[in-house]
Amino acid sequence: MRIIKNQEVVEDEWVLLREAPAAPAANVIVPFADWCEQRDAWLSAGAGVWLSGADSVEELAPALPQLPLIALDFPQFVDGRCYSSARLLRNRYQYQGELRAIGDILRDQLYFMQRCGFDSFELRADRDPQEALQAFAEFSVRYQPAADGAPALFRYR
Amino acid sequence: MYRYDEYDRRLVDERVQQFRAQVQRFLAGELSEAEFRPLRLMNGLYLQRHAPMLRVAIPYGLLSAVQLRMLATIARRFDKGYGHFSTRQNIQYNWPRLEEVPDILEQLAKVEMHAIQTSGNCVRNITADHLAGVAADELEDPRPYCELLRQWSTLHPEFSYLPRKFKIAVTGASRDRAAVQVHDIGLYLVRNAVGELGFRVLVGGGQGRTPYIGLFIREFLERRHLFSYLESILRVYNRLGRRDNKYKARVKILVNAVGLERFTELVEEDWQYTRRPELELPESGLEYMRGFFAAPDYRTDDVDATTLAQWRRETPDFARWMDRNLAAHKAPGYQVVYMPLKAPGEPPGDATAEQMDAIADMAERYSFAEIRVTHDQNLLLAHVHRSQLYELWEQLREQGLATPNLGLLTDMICCPGLDFCSLANAGSIPIAKQINEHFDDLDYLHDIGELSIKMSGCVNACGHHHIGHIGILGVDKRGKEFYQLTLGGDAGNNAAIGARLGPAVPKDVVALTIDQLLQVYLEQRESGERFIDTYRRIGMAPFKERVYADH
Repeated sequence: MRIIKNQEVVEDEWVLLREAPAAPAANVIVPFADWCEQRDAWLSAGAGVWLSGADSVEELAPALPQLPLIALDFPQFVDGRCYSSARLLRNRYQYQGELRAIGDILRDQLYFMQRCGFDSFELRADRDPQEALQAFAEFSVRYQPAADGAPALFRYR
Repeated sequence: MYRYDEYDRRLVDERVQQFRAQVQRFLAGELSEAEFRPLRLMNGLYLQRHAPMLRVAIPYGLLSAVQLRMLATIARRFDKGYGHFSTRQNIQYNWPRLEEVPDILEQLAKVEMHAIQTSGNCVRNITADHLAGVAADELEDPRPYCELLRQWSTLHPEFSYLPRKFKIAVTGASRDRAAVQVHDIGLYLVRNAVGELGFRVLVGGGQGRTPYIGLFIREFLERRHLFSYLESILRVYNRLGRRDNKYKARVKILVNAVGLERFTELVEEDWQYTRRPELELPESGLEYMRGFFAAPDYRTDDVDATTLAQWRRETPDFARWMDRNLAAHKAPGYQVVYMPLKAPGEPPGDATAEQMDAIADMAERYSFAEIRVTHDQNLLLAHVHRSQLYELWEQLREQGLATPNLGLLTDMICCPGLDFCSLANAGSIPIAKQINEHFDDLDYLHDIGELSIKMSGCVNACGHHHIGHIGILGVDKRGKEFYQLTLGGDAGNNAAIGARLGPAVPKDVVALTIDQLLQVYLEQRESGERFIDTYRRIGMAPFKERVYADH
């Protein structure tokens, strides 16, 4: 499976599991509910976790320094809840690990997602990740700060 | 007014290129209709009944003469020679071809205009008091904030896929002319106890299917924290607003479901973290923006009083126009001149390309090359010297823009309706025509006095029917057009949602029904009372009785 990571197409090292296996393992991304049940075991196994827009990222806070990867799920690309989840993780909780967008991920949302702090993207299976890379360069002007380090234009004009 | 710098220009150019590529991908079958839909809506493009409709942003209703001429050119080249000014102070074109929309946007970009976020589930065009900067009752000009908000909300990465659309209005005046209380966020510039300027913030107002008056969430917000506070409101909404039912997805539904107290707690909690220096508006940033909205170089003389009196005496039509279509200006010797787009027989809010060109010329000659759009679908020239009123009036008359009906019954707000919109149940424009034909006696209209009639072709309430003194809503009953009347709505400081008069009436008796309502008013009014005042005093019963007595 090829994904986009740091604006390059790479082979994915992770396995996204929509349902968790019985025993914790490394290099898997498991559902938030399962992860919560055996939090310490998943953490020490080095697993990642995925959340829906309805899940509360606040609950991840204590585990963030140890979490190598968090994936946020977009069941439909028009469901924008996880843009806010991403900003909370990056801006409020200073999460430093990999933040991945999964689900109905299309090229036209990548620029916004990246600005909110996502650094990897598992595109919908029928889309070409190589072609989608163009999306990151569509805009060179950012009016407002987000999670990508851009300052507010109104502060230095 | 605001002028683009290198950043603004580049962003708009890049958006045009992006959209051009999106249209190409759609036409090539690489984007499905469902994938393309939100993308085109975020650029103001609807594909519907007859042909696409393109909504072009007019930020806080402010236009230069050069921009208005471009709007005229686009109307000629891509539409059928006119445009429709909307209640969000924008302009809409019908019939442009999808393939040509990127070209239209490219033309607009040349005059510092765009269609960004004029639709879609994102922050829409920021609206403001149309008398900003010239009204005597103003504490501070809201336009610098509006432009700052426009920029902050443009392509906001976190808030471009909200549960539903999001509308913000700002006023700096004590009299609310911007219907602030029926917006998702309403901002009143106010002074606190120690004399500092800030914002009184409302949240959760809105019209549509379930109308609400906004609730005060914060009595005083320091200006420097404007953006962080708004981000907190939007974040709470983005996370918790309903996404399963588009009719229950606006922030008003969330605020009323969890209660104002809980909603406020959630906002304040987020704000602790969001109120960071990087979102603070520095005094320098505000000063920079204020520079664009400085008062023009006004003359200091006034018209000779004898001349003015003579004009009025010799030309009663001029006097009548002056009494009706002018508003006070804070600079001595100047007046605000309204140009109602409500001439009898014309669809409310429509202007032809010829009218737009003529208005641009007049704006250059008489009003510092500036034109404004009001949320009542009229245009105005904000700074006309009184010595030039007569010649301006003559020119306006030639263009059909001097109908002395501002604020009167025939100055209706009206959505495009069945003829142009795929959502509508009913044809608003033919009803407007019926009303115009029924009430064609100008003396009678003046006797009735101030009255706001607002009409929507469907529950989405684009025509603001909930806040009309008389509201008219088109409904479909077994394939037939009926009209639901409401009374007592108000868009101003005492904002109110109108109450239903009773069962909807058939299409052919709408004007007649209004006539009956007005008879009650004329019989019962006390000296100086407007229709709305009489309604508030005597209540619904006498009106209801008159209309339904024979049924």
